[in-house]
Order: sequence, then structure tokens, then C-alpha cells
Amino acid sequence: MRFIFIILLAVTVLNACVATRDQAIAGASQVELRSYQTRAFESSDKKKTMRSIISTLQDLNFVVDKADLDLGTITATKLSGYQIRMTVTVREKGENRLLVRANAQYNNRTIEEPGPYQDFFMALEKSMFLTAHAVD
Amino acid sequence: MSWRRICSYIGLVCLVSACASIPTNALKLSPTSYEDRQLQTRGYETRDELKLLIAGAGVLQDLGYAIDETEKSLGLLTASKRADAFDAGQFAGAIFLSVLGGGGQSVAIDKEQKIRASLVVSPSHNREDYFLVRITFQRVVWDTQGRVTRIESINDRDIYQGFFSKLSKAVFLEAHSL
Repeated sequence: MRFIFIILLAVTVLNACVATRDQAIAGASQVELRSYQTRAFESSDKKKTMRSIISTLQDLNFVVDKADLDLGTITATKLSGYQIRMTVTVREKGENRLLVRANAQYNNRTIEEPGPYQDFFMALEKSMFLTAHAVD
Repeated sequence: MSWRRICSYIGLVCLVSACASIPTNALKLSPTSYEDRQLQTRGYETRDELKLLIAGAGVLQDLGYAIDETEKSLGLLTASKRADAFDAGQFAGAIFLSVLGGGGQSVAIDKEQKIRASLVVSPSHNREDYFLVRITFQRVVWDTQGRVTRIESINDRDIYQGFFSKLSKAVFLEAHSL
């Protein structure tokens, strides 16, 4: 009996260990995560792309917190009984290609599964009338 | 101790330590997204995007908001304000519950809210002399005991109609519903 409780306690402590200062640099595999979070669009119009991202975020019930055209960043928050905070960045890659990367937090947890990012890019494609390409 | 009980303890620990997962439709377009967009958007016949943005800032100030961020190259303004969240119906309900409970324990009611808005001006896809203004609101509500009771988007038709009515007056232009 005592042995079982020690095991249970050890499991709980091990789980709790992640919730310390290491969280500042915690995250899933960098390469894998970037591939979920990034798409390439055949476009050279950064401003129009950023406007489409803002429009998509509004369609998804986000309120935009801040945006910067020069840096190519947009941050927005969705409140719906939960909180999702998302940052989307746009940067030029070559002459006619833009890389769009999104990363999001659900409440106090980083979203690391691919599904929500696929949904976001699907909504963005509709808004941009363009096809998003996976990035190698 | 039976194995069944041991397994149920382990299961409980795993459940408690597991992270809550994101709702499946959180980043999907909702079936009402087109109607929501119509509610939140008005079109204005003008070639002056900046004029619309300035008028939007003015109306938000009229309504007591502070402008938090701006990015005029993208036609964006974000604003927020703190406001009373007192609800007379909820207050009456709390009194009723207190009476039923013998008055020994006070019932918390909504007290304060923070409302945030982002206003976006964007050019029409088809016409050069036509711009769209879209505003979205959301809020966090705290009760009398300092607990968060609601975090939600605001989709009240009257609020959007009220805002655009004021904006139309501010820009001295006639708003056209989409």
C-alpha cells in the first residue's frame, strides 16, 4: 500500500517538474513544430497577406491585439470560455513567396498538435483565394 | 488493495496531470461566420482610409475606450475600457438565493468587466472608392469576489448597430450595409 502511494507521489512530482522555470524554453521538436506552423503562399504582396490574416482572425472571433507591417507580425486573442492567443508572422522568401507562420497558446499551454494549425491555414486559404504549400 | 482500485488511482492521477486539450472547432470557421462578419462590418464610400481610421478612433474615445495599439499601414486600431458589469436581474437573483440560504453566505454577482475592441479598415476588393470597417468586441467579467465569471466575444446586434450609427455620424457619410 505504502509502495503504491510512493509511486503515485513520484508520478505527480515528475509531472509537476515540467511546470517550473524550464517552461521558458520548453517545447516540442523544433523542426516538427515549424512544419505544422508554417505555410508558403505564392505571393509577393506582404501587406495584402497581412490584411487577409487579420480578416481571417476576425472571422475566427479573435480580437487583434497588435500588428506591425515592417516586422510582419500580428498578435490576436480569442475569448470563448477559454483563451487562445496567437501570433502570426509573415516574411518574404525569394521574390514571389511568402512564409506565414502561426503559433498559439490555449489557456496557458502551447498548442503543439497539427490539427488547429491546419484549420487556421484552411481558413486563411479561403480568405486569400490561394493555396498554402507545406514547407520542407 | 485490488488491482481495479490501483488502476483507478493511477487513472485519476493521469487525468489530473493531463493538460486540457483545445476544443476541436476553436480555429475552424463557424457556420455563422458570414452572418457575424455582416453584423460587424459596414462599407463606406470614400477614398480616404485614414479619415475612416481617425473617425473610428474618435467614436471609441466617445464611448470611453483608450486606444491601446495602432498600425495605420494595416488599418488597425485596438482599444479597451473597464466598465461596470452590474446586472439588476442577477442582483435580484442573488438576493433571492441569499434569503433561501438563510443569509449566512453572500452570493457573488458580476461586478466589473474589461471590454476590448479591434477596428480594422480595409479596401474593397472591387472598388477603389469603397472601404470596409469591421469591429469586433470581447470581454472578461469579474464578480464581487474577484473571480473571472465570463470570457467571451460580444455578438450583441444592438452594440454593433449602435457603434456604426455613431461612426456614420462621425464621418458624415452614409453607411451602406453589406
